[in-house]
Amino acid sequence: MKAGSSLLLGSLSAALVAFALTSPRVVAADKVDPAADAKAFQNFFFQKFPNVKHEDFVNGPYSMNEDMKRQWQEKEEFPPYEFALDAGKEMFSTPFKNGKTYADCFPNGGIGIRQNYPYFDTKEGKVVTLELALNRCREANGEAPYSYVKDEMASLTAYMAFTSRGKPMDIKIPDDPRAFEAFENGKRYFYTRRGQLNFSCASCHVQSPGQRIRAEILAPALGILNAMPIYRSEWSGMGTTTRRLMTCNSQTRAVPLEPQADEYRDVEYFLSYVANGLPISGPGARP
Amino acid sequence: MTACPRKPALLLALVVLIGLAARPAWAQSTVAEGQKLAFDRGKGNCLTCHVIKGGDLPGTIGPELKDLKARYPDRNELVAILFDETRRNPQTMMPPFGRNRILTEQEINAIVDFLQTL
Ligand code: HEC
Ligand code: HEC
Repeated sequence: MKAGSSLLLGSLSAALVAFALTSPRVVAADKVDPAADAKAFQNFFFQKFPNVKHEDFVNGPYSMNEDMKRQWQEKEEFPPYEFALDAGKEMFSTPFKNGKTYADCFPNGGIGIRQNYPYFDTKEGKVVTLELALNRCREANGEAPYSYVKDEMASLTAYMAFTSRGKPMDIKIPDDPRAFEAFENGKRYFYTRRGQLNFSCASCHVQSPGQRIRAEILAPALGILNAMPIYRSEWSGMGTTTRRLMTCNSQTRAVPLEPQADEYRDVEYFLSYVANGLPISGPGARP
Repeated sequence: MTACPRKPALLLALVVLIGLAARPAWAQSTVAEGQKLAFDRGKGNCLTCHVIKGGDLPGTIGPELKDLKARYPDRNELVAILFDETRRNPQTMMPPFGRNRILTEQEINAIVDFLQTL
């Protein structure tokens, strides 16, 4: 009973914050203020979990539970994502049929840049995720795009994340009303309830991080993309950010969107921006 | 099952009446049925969030379900919680099983019978 009621109080205050974040009028102005949102978002998690080191939030469920963290640290000695990392490195150094490589499509040859994705492309007027940029690179060089959910795409992003490990997330919002709109749209998507079970992303990852949903420990929303892509035993393999978002949608009986739909791009933009300053930790491994 | 969705109160009253009239046999079978529905991952899947006696791998999002008969002497309160807990608590994680038609009224009533034995 005690556990139950303190839990209730906990989720109530979380809900209040979530509510304050969703309705900007409550916060003060009608103006979109991503910097203030990020600060409030981070403070909420820092206060809710005072014993978790700030840079640890990027380790998903492992940041919430000492026992699991120990198991995971043992696993890290033989990381289950190693095959993907090797494959990604190999793919990165193998030229396309036209002789060019992935390195030609990215700043700094694609090395150590994960923390800058997704970015807002002022020419296109939209958010560009790393996965999208990789497929665009392939298509620009006459190659067929890869599936967004696993295999090659996970290998490529695993390698790019690995070369960026420890770098603080560094997402910019350019002075362009469309960029602010994308951020707002992502935020709205994150806090909107949907599907037959009536969950928002925030229901699970803001209101209930650290709680068990059946046997799984819910990851906190702060830094939730820093570890992507991830290996999951349940998947017997790697999954990209796209795969995780689609899985969270369908597990809650909501209809998943198309990979790289505007809402997914925007929610990635929102979640990455509010994680600014927290280190890239991908690729990750999960139970 | 949902032949007269406009008359939930009537249906409810009816179900309660039948329940009172034919307690032993009827009650026992609905309790078993209710437990099955509560544990079924495709139906109530209540163990996702609640510890419930007799169920494996419970989650921790909601409170343990026990002593419910003492705390909710009026079974309609339990029916209401299952039908749509967002009415009591707009921010709740608990899915609105009745409103979103995850469970029929009959199924909700069977689960409530089961809850009253906890
Ligand atoms: C009903 C619960 C629920 C909802 C709603 C939900 N998720 Fe999840 N999510 C999970 C579970 C369970 C996992 C796997 C355990 C974990 O890592 O949290 C997960 C994992 C994730 C992960 C990987 C975290 C990691 O480090 O392993 C991301 C990213 C994520 N969710 C994002 C989202 C987004 C964005 C939404 C909304 C579109 C969403 N989730 C909605 C339950 C949910
Ligand atoms: C995704 C989470 C979730 C699921 C699934 C869920 N519940 Fe709940 N339930 C909660 C939470 C959280 C509460 C605490 C009250 C609140 O949030 O309003 C709660 C409260 C309750 C209460 C009131 C308990 C008390 O001590 O006052 C009952 C009864 C209940 N749930 C029954 C059920 C039944 C039966 C099912 C399945 C048919 C179910 N719940 C499924 C999350 C859930």
